[in-house]
Amino acid sequence: MDSREKILSQVRKNQPGVAMLPDLNFSSSSDNIAEKFSTVLVNIGGAVLEVSGWDELHASLVTNFTNKRIVTTIPELNQRIGTVDFRQDPHLLENVALAVLPGKFAVAENGAVWITDEMMGDRALPFICENLALVIRKQDILPTLNEAYQQIGMSSYNLGTFIAGPSKTADIEQSLVLGAHGAKSLVVYLMK
Amino acid sequence: MISGKNFEDVNETKEHKSHADLAERFNRDEDRVNWHDKTLWFIREKRDKAAWQLPDWEKLRETASQIKHNVLSNLYDYLLAFEKNAQTNGATVHWASTPEEHNQIVHSIIQKHGVTNIVKSKSMLTEECHMNDYLQARGINVVDTDLGERIVQLAGEPPSHIVLPCIHWKKEEIGELFSEHLGTPKGNADPQFLTAAARQHLREKFMTSKLAITGVNFAVAETGEFVVCTNEGNADLGVQLADVHIACMGIEKIIPQRKHLGVFLRLLARSATGQPITTYSSHFKKPRPGQELHIVLLDNGRSERLGSEDFRNALKCIRCGACFNTCPVYRRSGGHSYHNAVAGPIGSILAPGLDMKHYADLPFASTLCGSCSNVCPVKIDIHDQLYKWRQVIVQQGYAPGGKKIAMQGMTAVLSDPNIFRRAGAFGRWIMRYLPFLVNNPLNPWYKQRNMPEAPAQSFRKWYSKNRKNHG
Repeated sequence: MDSREKILSQVRKNQPGVAMLPDLNFSSSSDNIAEKFSTVLVNIGGAVLEVSGWDELHASLVTNFTNKRIVTTIPELNQRIGTVDFRQDPHLLENVALAVLPGKFAVAENGAVWITDEMMGDRALPFICENLALVIRKQDILPTLNEAYQQIGMSSYNLGTFIAGPSKTADIEQSLVLGAHGAKSLVVYLMK
Repeated sequence: MISGKNFEDVNETKEHKSHADLAERFNRDEDRVNWHDKTLWFIREKRDKAAWQLPDWEKLRETASQIKHNVLSNLYDYLLAFEKNAQTNGATVHWASTPEEHNQIVHSIIQKHGVTNIVKSKSMLTEECHMNDYLQARGINVVDTDLGERIVQLAGEPPSHIVLPCIHWKKEEIGELFSEHLGTPKGNADPQFLTAAARQHLREKFMTSKLAITGVNFAVAETGEFVVCTNEGNADLGVQLADVHIACMGIEKIIPQRKHLGVFLRLLARSATGQPITTYSSHFKKPRPGQELHIVLLDNGRSERLGSEDFRNALKCIRCGACFNTCPVYRRSGGHSYHNAVAGPIGSILAPGLDMKHYADLPFASTLCGSCSNVCPVKIDIHDQLYKWRQVIVQQGYAPGGKKIAMQGMTAVLSDPNIFRRAGAFGRWIMRYLPFLVNNPLNPWYKQRNMPEAPAQSFRKWYSKNRKNHG
């Protein structure tokens, strides 16, 4: 008997009588949801900026990144920033100073933004870039992860990730340091 | 050798020193123990603050516990569904009964690709299997990429905490270690500076490794995807720059449906460090185009534990470490005193299931205060299981010798009221007139504490004088 059969037969023999799955009904509130999201994200080291259009967004992006490599997957920004051929080796993205990517939605309780592979250009991009900007519509903020997974439903991504703030570590004496391996800074743009 | 640290501690764990011996060694440096204790309590307080912000906290814990119960009761079907869906997604699924088999599988994949340098993100399961040692003995260079894990790896130590691997290290010691291994200037112990040095050092490893190993936090039966949570982004960076991804998981990491992630991800980071969520919670469903994805499922005693009504609940564990941070024994004895990959209260109920004789000391490394069970996000009855393991261990004859004699003595005293009364009077007399007989290192109760003053009379005498007639 190979290990698969051995493990499965032992599991079948030993598992206890069936226990039902519980309902997932939790409280949530959409009051001041954008403020709540901002407060939480700022607390975990991120930043939030409200913008009313692509021009304003672009102007805000470039102030801090003049003559640096900026990469985006947002069509509205491609004319202003340029396009990248994402069929190339992901290692070549290492010198990206700023990646500007669209998020699907954000979560107020934890400051996270949901993003899936088709929005990333290359799957390495949100993690290898030095700084990350995520853009969502202001109305796309959900109260908790419970609503987030209702929204995600059975959508068919290949890779999906919640990103909440910049990469960080507190492994050295519990001192919080931003920029462990991933992005050193994260800005979420809320498009009005 | 780095000052203040005691590397022999770790090596000696291999020679099977008991928790009490190792804890005693840790306690020789009182300032360090106090600092360790305070640091962990600070994290426990952060956990409380985060938990209390959610009105549904207790309901979430109960729901998570029930979902996990459903998982245990249906694990056979969920494992089959996970396997089928993961295969449909393009993953190769492997099954390992033992750590040796797990390591062989991982090694054969590495060999097939002719890779010698690999990056690994945090995985307690690979620690459980001692995979690094296995691979390193076969010429594979494994780099742990979590900062805390890299620190202990450079020092040649195992992690002392499942979430905070180098919680027992002071920044000055890390500065010295980095100066030795990464060439940072001597005497620089600034966490910001040291983290930047590690980022640079590890970025080079990410850029040059063709194979990445990760752990798994949750695997979804319904979709065949799995979730890996990190704050640093090391799992993602490693995987997305590699041609091959190997994900290693215990068979108990399965959850039924994607929507259940909403419950567990709300609990995990809040319980672990008091954060609302980890920075990255990545849902790996299909590999990158052209990438190979392998998932290794490990049993190592889990399917056997599933059959034990008393101990199966330990399989609900989501490895948050909350029970470590709150435990008065862990905080004052340090992770290495548990001589097991998973330390703390949860490690103390998991380890004896694997090797009761070797880990017979661990269920006794507890005050049974119950704080672990109170903070557990999936409501494992940890302190009850510690108590139950004690009974099993004593019944099977694995109790430490001194404890056996003491227990027999206590049985004789407690089962006879006359002996009990006389023993009490004798004890009080000794403590009053011959205190050196108890206040000496031969008495385990005298270690790290002073004996109390003996009361003038027994409770029984006091009661018959003062209360008996008051009804």
